[in-house]
Amino acid sequence: MPEFHAVVTVTLKTEILDPAGEAVQGVLQHMEFPVSDIRIGRHIQLTVDAPDAAEAARLVQQMADAVLANPVMEQAQVRVEQ
Amino acid sequence: MSARIGVVTFPGSNCDHDTLWALEQLGVETTAMWYRAEDLDHVDGVVLPGGFSYGDYLRSGALAAQAPVLTALQAAVETRSLPVLGICNGFQILTEAGLLPGALRPNRHGEFRCDWHTVRVVEESRWFPGLAVGKALRLPIAHAEGSYYVPNGQLGALFQNGEAWLQYVDDAGRLSPMANPNGSVANLAGVQRGSVAALMPHPERAMEVFLGSDDGRQLLGAWVQGVSQEAIHAR
Repeated sequence: MPEFHAVVTVTLKTEILDPAGEAVQGVLQHMEFPVSDIRIGRHIQLTVDAPDAAEAARLVQQMADAVLANPVMEQAQVRVEQ
Repeated sequence: MSARIGVVTFPGSNCDHDTLWALEQLGVETTAMWYRAEDLDHVDGVVLPGGFSYGDYLRSGALAAQAPVLTALQAAVETRSLPVLGICNGFQILTEAGLLPGALRPNRHGEFRCDWHTVRVVEESRWFPGLAVGKALRLPIAHAEGSYYVPNGQLGALFQNGEAWLQYVDDAGRLSPMANPNGSVANLAGVQRGSVAALMPHPERAMEVFLGSDDGRQLLGAWVQGVSQEAIHAR
């Protein structure tokens, strides 16, 4: 079975507050960086066994929906490398 | 038949023994359960206690929500309305598992809060006989991820459906932003759905006046009574 590398990027939905992002932004601004709109997400990389890339993408999307992201407050973007 | 209540230990739970002790103080039969338990037929109610299951990795409660005991719990809630009480991390696990609506976010101010707060009963429940609407309970909180959230437009339904259960209030019993310790929507400290209820405060840490308050005894006592009266026994 071929192996596919995939990356899942989990980010907070835009309407959700991000206290950690705000704290980091506050520190960076205190250091006088001209920075705004910081949002902290999560980068998950994995290897999945699948017959083809389409099936790999389907499996990873399933993982994202079931465990990796909480659909109440997060969104997940799946990228499978060919 | 008197009730038997199970308290589940996940890897990383740390309030399991306190919760067993508190329930034993109330004279109810208890049993310690493991997160891999698949058979719940020997219990009439289940508590998911506080702690840091799976080290809070990924999101608080997210990995515990996939444990075998949660699959069994889901089935028992559906088939025989098994009463379930989540405390702190237990609340996070129940929302992640979809047994309760909403989600728990990191505290608005980014701090871990360990403090005493007053919560007010918003909705009566047959699972908590004697906890009347408006009743105030003084309970301790200890969490970093207790900011209750529901998506825009769902808050009204939460109250209409009687799922909004407990709210943080000030010492005079009034709703106030100043009484909100974590940024929860509508000051919510606890929610319920069917036979499942959960709260962020720790009733098991408020069992004696000399420890600060014995209001936890009232809350847990009401639930034990509710379980004894209402549970559909499996054994």
